[in-house]
Amino acid sequence: MATRRTTRSQRLIQVANYPLDWLEERSGLVGGVKYFLFRKVPADIGWYHTLGSATLTAFLVQVVTGVILAMYYHPDPNSAYESIQHITNDVTLGWLVRGMHRWGASVFIILMFFHMARVFLFGAYKYPRELNWIIGVLLLATGMFEGFTGYLLPWDQTAYWASVVGININGTAPFLGPFLAQFLRGGAEIGPDTIARFYALHMLAIPGALIALIGLHLYLVIRLGVSPNPWTKRGAGAEREPVPGRSGLTRPSARGVTK
Amino acid sequence: MEPSHDQPHVPGPSLWPIGFALGIACVLVGLIVSWPAAAVGAVIAVACAYFWIRDAARGYRTPVVHEPESRAVAAGAAPPASAGEPALPVMEDEEIERFPRNVFLEGATLGLGGLIGGLVTVPAVGFMVAPAFVRQHAKSVDVGPLTDFPEGQYVIATFLRDPSQGEVSRRTAYVRNNGVVTGRPSFTIISNRCAHLGCPVQPNGPVFDAKKNVVQTTQGEQVTIIPMQPAGFGCPCHGGQYDTEGNRIAGPPVRSLDRYDYEIKNGHLVLLGTYSVAHVDGTGSGAKIRRYGLAGPGEHITGPEAWFYPLQPPH
Repeated sequence: MATRRTTRSQRLIQVANYPLDWLEERSGLVGGVKYFLFRKVPADIGWYHTLGSATLTAFLVQVVTGVILAMYYHPDPNSAYESIQHITNDVTLGWLVRGMHRWGASVFIILMFFHMARVFLFGAYKYPRELNWIIGVLLLATGMFEGFTGYLLPWDQTAYWASVVGININGTAPFLGPFLAQFLRGGAEIGPDTIARFYALHMLAIPGALIALIGLHLYLVIRLGVSPNPWTKRGAGAEREPVPGRSGLTRPSARGVTK
Repeated sequence: MEPSHDQPHVPGPSLWPIGFALGIACVLVGLIVSWPAAAVGAVIAVACAYFWIRDAARGYRTPVVHEPESRAVAAGAAPPASAGEPALPVMEDEEIERFPRNVFLEGATLGLGGLIGGLVTVPAVGFMVAPAFVRQHAKSVDVGPLTDFPEGQYVIATFLRDPSQGEVSRRTAYVRNNGVVTGRPSFTIISNRCAHLGCPVQPNGPVFDAKKNVVQTTQGEQVTIIPMQPAGFGCPCHGGQYDTEGNRIAGPPVRSLDRYDYEIKNGHLVLLGTYSVAHVDGTGSGAKIRRYGLAGPGEHITGPEAWFYPLQPPH
């Protein structure tokens, strides 16, 4: 009787799993997600190691709130300021979403710096993770460019003059600076095209670059694993085992070739 | 059942989906026509769905038996690969194709792909970049009759630099009538764009807003003229200070304030393009202006630092 009940419950589990099995057989996605979620990390990692995920969460908040704001915002010099006032004062919960986007932008940048400080102080940028540090620096620069282009969009006095100053700082770069500034303005002077240009960069081009860089960043995090804390025996700088399956990646000294 | 790639398991054949579809159709028609018909359709759909799922899940109730693939070994078994003749004829070096077909196809695919990509990308990138650099000539602006500019006094003139662009092109100039010199009126017209990073410089001194004068110009645009008495100009952003000729006297600016070219047309003052100024010696009509082509704010136009800006975009 007992065995029969067991087989019955097993069958039920199989039926419940059928859609997942179907998906797995055709895409391997289930295994991939399981690999991502249940991959091994060093035993003694702590809250410091959550700063990267926190930054990613801040970015996702920016994506979602930004998409919603775009539904009400007008990138046009004659109506941009009014549309922001409309979002803040009239649209239901508009003040909240705009506030999340406006303050979340600072949270995103601040968390990037905290994450960067953690990686630096823990020595987690060292071999074989140098490339991920470089991608992280690109993410920081791209993220700040995203902040710069977003700052013009409220189209108030602060936005306008801060962008004038920002563009002109770019313009003082040697040799190509004047051309860079003119490209950013979309002309010799700030005009109707400038705000639309900044909007397009802010909405489409830079987020695309950010998402691509974040994908690369995460790929390398998963591929290389989380570095152990520097104070542990397996800490940064210690002799390390070869990266599984990639013996060619180990340093000569780790293989005992040079001493 | 473990999913595997070499043994795809597909639900067995079943006719019940047809009954299920009929039931759903009956429900939809019934929703419009009559409730009982919808109920009948629902019963049909649920029943057929039950039998369909039973059919589809048969593989889980009775394990599928896979017959092992078997092959009778021939009497004269083939020798192992290492022992027998080579399967393919041995080729001499000259016989091996120097430029095989797959290399050609690979190159053709990459080349054509790159060509098509370039044909699409180049105009698109040009569309993004080029408009910022072509047709950037400043338009001339009529700022009203000469009588609105009293001799020896500075006024603030605000005007639309390009009326087709609207309010975003509003600019401010500080205009002083220097009187008539050798039969021609002389003006000092200073741009309010700070030579540090482009903030609007302000007059250091009283501004007589009560004497504001709004002029309708020949171009149909409104120009605002406000008298003032500056002891110099100062920038609110980073503290750059200039004298009444626009020479830098303190703070971060790298040169003097830019100036407007002008002409007199039908008794009206007409502003033309702007130019940059390294330094102004003397004042008013007797001033010696060391003028240069227009440069962006913060760009040196004299001294070794000017070597960093050998080229200027058209503006």
